[in-house]
Order: sequence, then structure tokens, then C-alpha cells
Amino acid sequence: MGKPSDLVQGTLDLLILKTISLEPKHGWAIAKRIQQISNDVLQVQQGSLYPALHRLEQQGWIRAKWSETEGGRQAKFYSLTAAGRSQLEREKQSWSRLSTAINLVVDEA
Amino acid sequence: MRFPMRLFDRFRIAISTLLHRKAETQRLNDELQFHLQQQITENMAKGMSEHEARSAALRAFGNPTLLRDQARSQWRWNGLEKFMRDLRYGARTLTRSPGFAIIAILVMALGIGATASLFTIVNAVLLKPLPFRDPGRLVMIYEHFRAAVDNTDGFNYNPVSPADFNDWRQQTHSFQDMAAWRYCGFSLTGDYGELPESVAAGAGSWNLFSILGVPMALGRPFTPQEDQLGASHVVILTWSLYQRRFHGDPSILGKQIRMDTVPYIVVGVLPRWFTYPDPTMQLWVPYASVFPPEIYARHDMHGSYVIARLRPGASAAAAVKPVSALQYRIHLANLNAPVAEDAVTRPMLVDMVKAVKTPLIVLLCAVGCMLLIACLNVSNLLVARGAARRKEVAVRGALGGSRRTLILEQMSESLLICLLGGGLGLLLSILATQWLANHWHGLPRANAIHVDGTVLAFTIGASLLTAVISGLLPALSSTGKDVLAALQDSSRSASGSASRALLRKVLLTAEIALTVVLLIASGLLFKTFLHLRSAGLGCLTDHVLTMQYALPKKQYDTPAKIIAFHESLLERVRRLPGVRAAALVSTAPGGGYENDYVFTIPSRPSTSFQLQDDALVRTASPGYFATMQIPLLRGRVFTEQERLDRYHYIVVSKKFADQFFPNANPIGEEINTMGANGKLENFQIIGVVGDTLYDVAQPIKPIMYFPILSGLPRFTNVATLVAHTAGDPLALSIPIQKQFAALDPQLPVYLVLTMEQIVSQSTVSQNFSATLVLAFAAFSLILASIGLYGVLSYLVTQRVKEIGIRLALGAQRAQVLRLVLMDGLRPVFIGLILGLAGGIAAGSMIRSVLYGTSILDPSVFAVMIGCLLLTAVIACAVPAIRASRIEPMRALRTE
Repeated sequence: MGKPSDLVQGTLDLLILKTISLEPKHGWAIAKRIQQISNDVLQVQQGSLYPALHRLEQQGWIRAKWSETEGGRQAKFYSLTAAGRSQLEREKQSWSRLSTAINLVVDEA
Repeated sequence: MRFPMRLFDRFRIAISTLLHRKAETQRLNDELQFHLQQQITENMAKGMSEHEARSAALRAFGNPTLLRDQARSQWRWNGLEKFMRDLRYGARTLTRSPGFAIIAILVMALGIGATASLFTIVNAVLLKPLPFRDPGRLVMIYEHFRAAVDNTDGFNYNPVSPADFNDWRQQTHSFQDMAAWRYCGFSLTGDYGELPESVAAGAGSWNLFSILGVPMALGRPFTPQEDQLGASHVVILTWSLYQRRFHGDPSILGKQIRMDTVPYIVVGVLPRWFTYPDPTMQLWVPYASVFPPEIYARHDMHGSYVIARLRPGASAAAAVKPVSALQYRIHLANLNAPVAEDAVTRPMLVDMVKAVKTPLIVLLCAVGCMLLIACLNVSNLLVARGAARRKEVAVRGALGGSRRTLILEQMSESLLICLLGGGLGLLLSILATQWLANHWHGLPRANAIHVDGTVLAFTIGASLLTAVISGLLPALSSTGKDVLAALQDSSRSASGSASRALLRKVLLTAEIALTVVLLIASGLLFKTFLHLRSAGLGCLTDHVLTMQYALPKKQYDTPAKIIAFHESLLERVRRLPGVRAAALVSTAPGGGYENDYVFTIPSRPSTSFQLQDDALVRTASPGYFATMQIPLLRGRVFTEQERLDRYHYIVVSKKFADQFFPNANPIGEEINTMGANGKLENFQIIGVVGDTLYDVAQPIKPIMYFPILSGLPRFTNVATLVAHTAGDPLALSIPIQKQFAALDPQLPVYLVLTMEQIVSQSTVSQNFSATLVLAFAAFSLILASIGLYGVLSYLVTQRVKEIGIRLALGAQRAQVLRLVLMDGLRPVFIGLILGLAGGIAAGSMIRSVLYGTSILDPSVFAVMIGCLLLTAVIACAVPAIRASRIEPMRALRTE
């Protein structure tokens, strides 16, 4: 399974959860959204995205539903569950702890 | 609220991914397809042509199948799905060669079935706790004579005297409580002409059933008042007697039944499951009620069994110390009598299964060996099949199949074989176990034997284990790293298969070594059985009918009455046509231990009973030795003169004379032992006769014969009539029983057996285990020869071309024959040598159940080695002959 070389390990879950926290999105839109917001820095590969989505669904953090896109096509929309929302909070906190720690180390010189 | 919601969600998703796997996969495809479409749309929006847009999107997207698999691998049940797929592959491979599959499954079914059966019995008899309350705290307490040798079960113990038990119970308090019981027997008669019947019974102290924790099915246990000398007569019935003789009469409590013509009041009925100490027990009376007062107070009448309950958390070793100390004080106070110095304990369960433990474990080991051989055989067959699939496996390995996946897939085949075999084996074992339990003479706790969860778990475990044993080696060998070698391996070279042939030979060697171990063990057991069977009891066994009777003490209360019955019976029987001779003895040879007395020799006084002299006790009528053709060696036997008060004479056996009067003439010597009413009296030795065995499986023991015509009550009431007949002895059983009825219609006769039946009865368990082990060994031999044949045929097929070249170059056919034969026999010889070493080890482990044979018995070894070699040569000869008949031209052309 290809790991996202351009993502810090374990952050993909956080990005996905955050991205769909405002409104339900399908896989394509999630990848696009992450790319846009990060100014094309973060490129999510399909090989990482879909396994991650399915894993999060199996764990009960996100829920999938088929509905129509603006273009009138059927797509699988992912939305946060209540458990997913608290998971997002946990992931956010752990991320900020981690990035603060990394910054401390990097800036110390 | 949130947490359960999430659990529920996960559960719902898990179920839906399990049950709707196809639909879910379709949705995944749709999802990925949608993603691809979006990419194409975007590309086209950037101005690409549709074709360009599609191929660019696909490039960016990667391998859709791989992507799908990666997403799927996140689903739950993925492992299960893989496993099911492997099983499907396995099943498909198996159905492609149904002959192999059926044979392998049957072999495993027999192996697992036999193992499961033996385990069922071992589990029920040796492992399951006794059906009593808190059985782990129940122990037996025995007397322990320091000078005595171990009993046959390797534990030095002696049954307990009534006075010892009473002192222990009253004067020590380290155990929560202790109870005693002893064997006894009664004649059941009825007031309304019911058939008289002799029953085995127990005399138990009043607290016996409460210590065991056995509730009465009806009524109550004995009271302390009933368990006293001279108390009123009460009885507790076992469930089987209650149902059988009293038809489950609901108003039985308080009724009287006649035992030895004395009325006893029924106070209770035991529950159906209670069969301690064995299922022949029919009723229980209070412990004290079966003793004459003078015996009840004695410390040297060893015949009772003491059960004690440990205090919670107490150890038996600590609890027995005060008892042992008390026993030593009793010993010191009775230095002139055989009173034990110590007390010892052992767990009640161990005590009950002592006699069958070794045979059971031997059988379990034998059946385990057989199962292992079956595994090796299936393994061997799988290796051969693996060779055929080598290229396929190599190609798949080269295309990226991981070795683990390939091994698991191959092992699914052996897993299927073993699971199917195990299922079938369990069915077989349910049938076989019942048969075994019914045909195993004297198996304790036989009523507890049935298939339960433990057995089921054991069978499943055994199946899985055998699957690993039989599947792992072949899978490892056929998925080895030499992929390139396998791919390059042209069908013209035979070198690639050399390592696999070696593996098969190693498996074969192991198989043969195990078979030899089994063959030798079964040979030794069988020789033991044959030896016991043919061992002379020391007397006539052809055309002899025996039957036992016990004159009730109440009616036959004087010597005159007893003698009158015995003599008129003999007279009547002797007059019957077809009876050559008839006589009386208390217990016929081979009929059991009965009793022993200790004695002293007044002419050689010793200070104490440190080293006791004891001998078996028999009473005999004057004609007994002549009737049974027991040779008179010295002096004379009894005459009509040794009767009533002139009974102070004994006849002794050769062993007695050799042991106690070595190099001396015992005739005329006197011994001092128990006489009338338990008093010590002097008896004069008048004759020496040949030895007889009390049990064919036991060594000779000295015997003292007392005249039965003394008519001493309690001593001569029980007698065995032995009749030497002209024709079939059983044909006379009814005419003889009619003579009993004519003399006393209320008197039951029991144990109507020919001497030959007595011999076969006492060898039945040896016969049983010897036959079973022999059957296992034979089955193993067949398996090994099939394996041998298979390996050699395979090797010959591999070497057709080589042999063709050899023949073309001028090799003689006899040389080829020898070449192939030796190739096949080499693993046999190596296996044989290993097996012989194992056989000697196994023999020394079963030494305790062997009689009349040594563990290095040359005849057993010769026969068994001959058997194996003959089978091996036959199994090898067929492929060898085939090899020697190869047509060189055809062999070289057919490639």
C-alpha cells in the first residue's frame, strides 16, 4: 500500500475528517479540497485516499451515503458521525501537540 | 449515549460488510469509477481531447484493480475472506483427485476417531473430577507397614482395621471428618417365594454419604445410633437394586427386606448415579453391623477403606501427620500383633483409577503413535502431489505471490482433509467409545464416559494439529526459494526432485520407526496375554465347573449344621451322572485373593511382627486336592477325621514350605494363627501340596489350607463347589443347582463358572489392551507399507529414463531390481534401527503390565521384525519389478 510520501504519517485521517466536517463530500471532492486549501502542497493519492476512507468508515467515524452531485451524477458522500467529530478533536489536539513539539526542536538552533 | 451509538454503527457496518460483500464491492467499483470520471471531466475542461483526457486520468489513477484491493483490505473480515478463498482452492484441488482425497480423509478419520475415543475414556476416567461434593478434598487414608513392599500399583498401603479407624476418627481432628467402608455380601430372599439372590454390598459408617456429599434419592442416610454394635438392622438400597428387585416401589421406606434371612428395614435409596466403589454394589448397611464385637475392637483385622475430607486449604501431608503419630502409638501398644506403624494418604481419584491408569496411558500413547503415522502418511502423499505442482507454484511465486500466501493456500488442503477426517472421526469415536466402555472389563467410572465439550475441543484441536503436522512440511518444501531452478527444470532432468525424494524418505523412516515401536509394544502385550492364558494355575482347568454359595449365618449357626449341608451336598453331586469328582474349597484357584492371615512359628519365636509372615487362607474338603489334581508333595492331605473340634491341622503349599521352612521338613511343625472366634491357636502342618495361583496375573503366594469340616461359623460358611465332569461342564450346572435347591430352596448359588472361564475372565483386560494395541500396530503397518509403496513407485517413475539408459547400456534386469529394492529398503532399515531403540524404551515404560516376558523378548522382536521386513519387501517388490521390466527404447522415447 503506497504511503503518502508528501504527508506526515497519520495526518491523512485528520485532513479527511477536517475536510468533511463542514459538509458531506465525495472522495474526489475531498482530494481536491485538500489540494486547494494547501495551495497544491498536499496531493492526496487515490491509493491512500480510498483505503483511508474505508478504514474510517469501518471504524464508525464517518458515514457514507449515495446521493446526487450538482452535475446530477450518483456519488458516495462521506459525512462525520458524532464519534468522528470527537475523533477529529482528538486528532487536532494531538496534531497541535506534535507540530508545537517539532517547531520547538527546529527553532531551538 | 455516544459510545453505544458508535458501537452500534461499527456493528452494523461489520455485518453489512460480511453479508453484503458483493454489493459492497460493486459500490466500491462505482465509487472509483466516479472518481475517474471526475478526473476525465476535469482534464477535458483543461482542453484535452476525450481520448487524451481518459488516458491521462488512468495514468494518474494507477492500477484500478490494485486500488480496489487496497481499499478492500481495510474492510473487516478480510482475513476470513482470504481463508475462505484458500479453502475453496483446497476443496477444488481435492475434488480433482477424489481417490487421494477419500483415502486421506479416511486415514485421518480412523486416526482422529481412535484418538478421540481413547481420549474420551481417559478424560472420563482419569481427568474428570469425581461426582462428589468438592472432590478435590477427598483422600483415602491407609495403614502403612514400614517393612512391606509396594503393592502392584507402586504404592505401599494396607487396608485399615476397624479399631484403627475408630481411634483415628475420635482422637485426631486434622481432617474435617473421616468415614470407613468395607465389602460384604448378603443373600437376598423374600417372604413370597422370590428367587434367592446373592448380592455384593458395602458396610459404610453413618457419615460416609455426607462426607462424599451424596444426597439420598429417597429416605435418609444412617444415623450414628444405627452404626453401633448390636443396633437394629437397617439398609440403604442402590438405585439399580431398588428398580430391579423392588420395581421402584414408592412405599419402600420402612419396609423390611430379608438379608441372610434376617429382616432389615429400608431407610434410604441412593441416587441413580452413585456407583461407588463399583457398579456391582447393590446395597449398604451400617459399618459396625457387619463386625462381631471382638473383631470390631481389633487393630489387626485389615479390611476397611477410609475416606477423609480435608479441611479447606489444608494439605493431605500435614493432615495425616497426627493420624500417623496416633497410629505409631497404637503400633507400640500392640507389638505382638500385625499393627501398622504409620498412616498414609492418597487422593481418592488416584485410588479409584490405579489399576487402569497404566493400560489407559499405554493405549493413548499407542493411538497417538498411530495418528502421527497417519499424519506422516498424508504428509508423504502431499509431498508427492506438491512435486507435480512445483512449476505452477514457481510461476505464481515469480509473479509476486508471497511465500506465506502460497504456504497457507497449500495448507488449506491438509486442513480440509483433517477437518473432514476429524468430523468423520468424531462420529466413529462416538460409536467406538460406547463399545470400548462396554467391553472394558472392570473399568472404573465407566458410567461417566460420554462425549462432552472437552472431547469436542480435543477433537478439533487434534484435527488442527494434524493439519499443521501433515501440511506444513509439504507446503514448505514445494514453495522453496529455488524458483528459478524449478522453472528451468526441464522434464528431462531428474535432479530437481532429489531433495524432495530425500524429504519423503525421511518421512518414511519416521513412519517406519513409529510402526516398529507400536509393533514391539503390541507384541510384548500380546505375549503377556498368551503367557497368562497358558500359565498353569497349578491345577486341573479342563472340564471343571465351579459355583459358590454362602450359608446364612443365622440358620447355619453351629458347626454340625454347616458340615451337614456341605457333606450332603457333596454326596448328592457325586452321585450325579457325568460328575467324576466333586469337592469344596473356599475360593477356587484363579478366583481371587480372598483373605490372608499372619502367623508365627512357635518353635522359632520372634520378638515382634516387624517382618510379618502371612499366607493366603483357604478352607478345603478332604477330596479337594485329588479332584483338582493338585499334587501332594509331602505328608498327607485332610481326611474325614479332621472335623469339628479336631481342626488344628493345616496343609500348606510348596511356596509356603520353601519360604518359611527352607531346607527343612515342615511336616509336624506348628504355626500359631487365627482360629475359632479370632483367638490365636496352634495348627500342625500335615502335608505339602503343589502351588496354585490366586490370580493368573499375580506371582505365587504361600497358601494355608484349613479343613472345611471344622464347620467353624463365619469361617466355613462360604464355599466353592468344584466338580470335575466327564463332558461339557456347563451342561451340569442346572442339575447341580437343583441339588442345592433340594437341600435349601432359599440358598442362592453364584459365580457359576468353568475353570476356563475363570482364567479367561482374569485375562480379559490384558487380552483387551493387547488386541487393541495390536490393531493399532497392524493399521500403522498398512499405512507404512502404503507410504513405502507410494514413495518407491514415485521414484521409479522419476527414474524411468535413467533406468532405460542403464538397461540400454547393458545393465542386467536383476541389477535394476536390486538397485530399486535397496533404494526402498534403506529407509526401512534406518527406521527399523530407530524403532528398535524406541521399542525398548516403550517396553521399559510398560514393564509394569508385562508378565512372563522381558522387554528384550527375542521371540517378540524376531516375529515383529520379520513382519515388518516381509511387508516392506512386498511393498518394495512391486515397483522394483515394474522398474526391471522397463523397455529401454520406450523409456527413452516417452519424454
